[in-house]
Amino acid sequence: MGKRVLVIEDEPNITEAINFFLSRDGWEVFTHSNGHDALQAVARRAPDLLILDVMLPGKSGYEILRELRDTADWKHLPVLMLTARGQARDREMARAAGASRFMTKPFSNAEILEAVRELVDS
Amino acid sequence: MPRDTLTGTRIRERRTALGLKQAALAEAAGISASYLNLIEHNRRRIGGKLLLSIARVLEVEPSALVEGAEAALLSALREAAAARPDLKAELERIDEFAGRFPGWAALLAESRKRIDALERTVETLTDRLTHDPHLAAALHDMLSTVTSIRSTAGILAETREIEPEWQDRFHRNINEDARRLAESSTALVRYLDSADSEANLTSPQEEVEAFLEENAYHFPALEEGALTADQVVEGTDALTTASSRNTIRQYLRRYARDAGRIPMATLMEFVRAKGFDPSGLARAFDAPLGSALHRLATLPPAAGLGPLGLVICDASGTMLFRKPLDEFPLPRFGAACALWPLFTALTRPAQPVYRIVEQSAREARRFETFSIAELTGGMRFGDVARIEAVMLFRPSFESGPVTTGHAPVPIGVSCRICVREGCSARREPSVLTEGL
Repeated sequence: MGKRVLVIEDEPNITEAINFFLSRDGWEVFTHSNGHDALQAVARRAPDLLILDVMLPGKSGYEILRELRDTADWKHLPVLMLTARGQARDREMARAAGASRFMTKPFSNAEILEAVRELVDS
Repeated sequence: MPRDTLTGTRIRERRTALGLKQAALAEAAGISASYLNLIEHNRRRIGGKLLLSIARVLEVEPSALVEGAEAALLSALREAAAARPDLKAELERIDEFAGRFPGWAALLAESRKRIDALERTVETLTDRLTHDPHLAAALHDMLSTVTSIRSTAGILAETREIEPEWQDRFHRNINEDARRLAESSTALVRYLDSADSEANLTSPQEEVEAFLEENAYHFPALEEGALTADQVVEGTDALTTASSRNTIRQYLRRYARDAGRIPMATLMEFVRAKGFDPSGLARAFDAPLGSALHRLATLPPAAGLGPLGLVICDASGTMLFRKPLDEFPLPRFGAACALWPLFTALTRPAQPVYRIVEQSAREARRFETFSIAELTGGMRFGDVARIEAVMLFRPSFESGPVTTGHAPVPIGVSCRICVREGCSARREPSVLTEGL
């Protein structure tokens, strides 16, 4: 099997599309749709890379990321953050929370693929 | 000599319009023609009894000859100059500008007002984009849907040999997302349309003032008890924001309460018999002095008491009601001059305060002011007292030393456009570097 990617995103059609093209590219994809138990999902799936939406029900992507970075096991997990807001302030918040990369919706499939490959290879 | 205000010019214009010779006016006013000539060329100041007699001969209100209607215009021009101090508008010639080119001056003042309104609209819209949770959620929803469509469409267009079941699934997703996008964009447009009234070019304060002015500060339906304050607010289309409706509702409740204490018919009888007598009015109706001041200021012009302004503030100094006079402009934004007797009254609740005040202007304009701060609303043990102060003001045509034994208190409109030097109450520097 390929490397593991966990997608935490509450929009089912986006999740399905990402799941499809990453799977076709050889990745093992897991999905999760809320912020409440996102940390447990990370612990259960032990991904090589996390794709994390910012606005999630229950807990924001920023909060989840901060808690991950406070956990020794996930301190260096590559995290690609997705958000509908692309303002400098949002980028700064993502960087401060510990995001490896920040991507603004709407993105293209090629952009996601390229970012995922780069982050895991590095 | 520095050019003075244009009282003399107005006297000359009015005299000429009436076809009156200079000598005839001088004789009727009891002065020499040469002295009148100096006045008409703004080389002698005029006030007191002489102003009253000239106004009588010219058949105009004295206020029409002094700063009068120009005061509001001058104040607006000063605000316009204050907004762009770098352009160094010739403030020392502001009277001359307004007097010689009234149309251009009014255009400039109106343009500045329009710029202020537009700037507020931009602020409102920016604030909405940044902080409106409904708008943020709607935009997020739309962007998510667009992302889904883009990603799914990309898969369908770029993936070779896609299984039929996946193809069907993605087609369904796109169809579903397209419908969602149509719904959410329609809802967004509807929301922005409905919110337009909250972001129009008029601030709530301007709406309140326009509403009160349109009704000449007088509400017969409340006088007669035909409508309640809430019904008046519900029955008007002129108040488009929640803020302006709330302000007017609060004010009209006060209006109805004071009208109940001092009914119109008996109030008019009192005024006909006694004239302007605020404390006598309060005693006659066993009403709080603040109610009497309020009732006098909101009488219809037919009562014949002349121009009366009123301002009401709460204990924080925030103005709750403003009825300005042309000669006594009230600040449109920001705080007023701390020396107003209105604020003195706040420091001594229940104690009536009478002061003659002098506005900062080249030809100092004097006003009689009557102020009182009173408790408002019912009190229960443990409550913090709520106090409101009321100040009634009217022009005083006395000049020189006052005869009432009260030295005039020098005041301004607000620090930004006041040039009194060495004022102990100054909060911020004046943007007017030149004397008025």
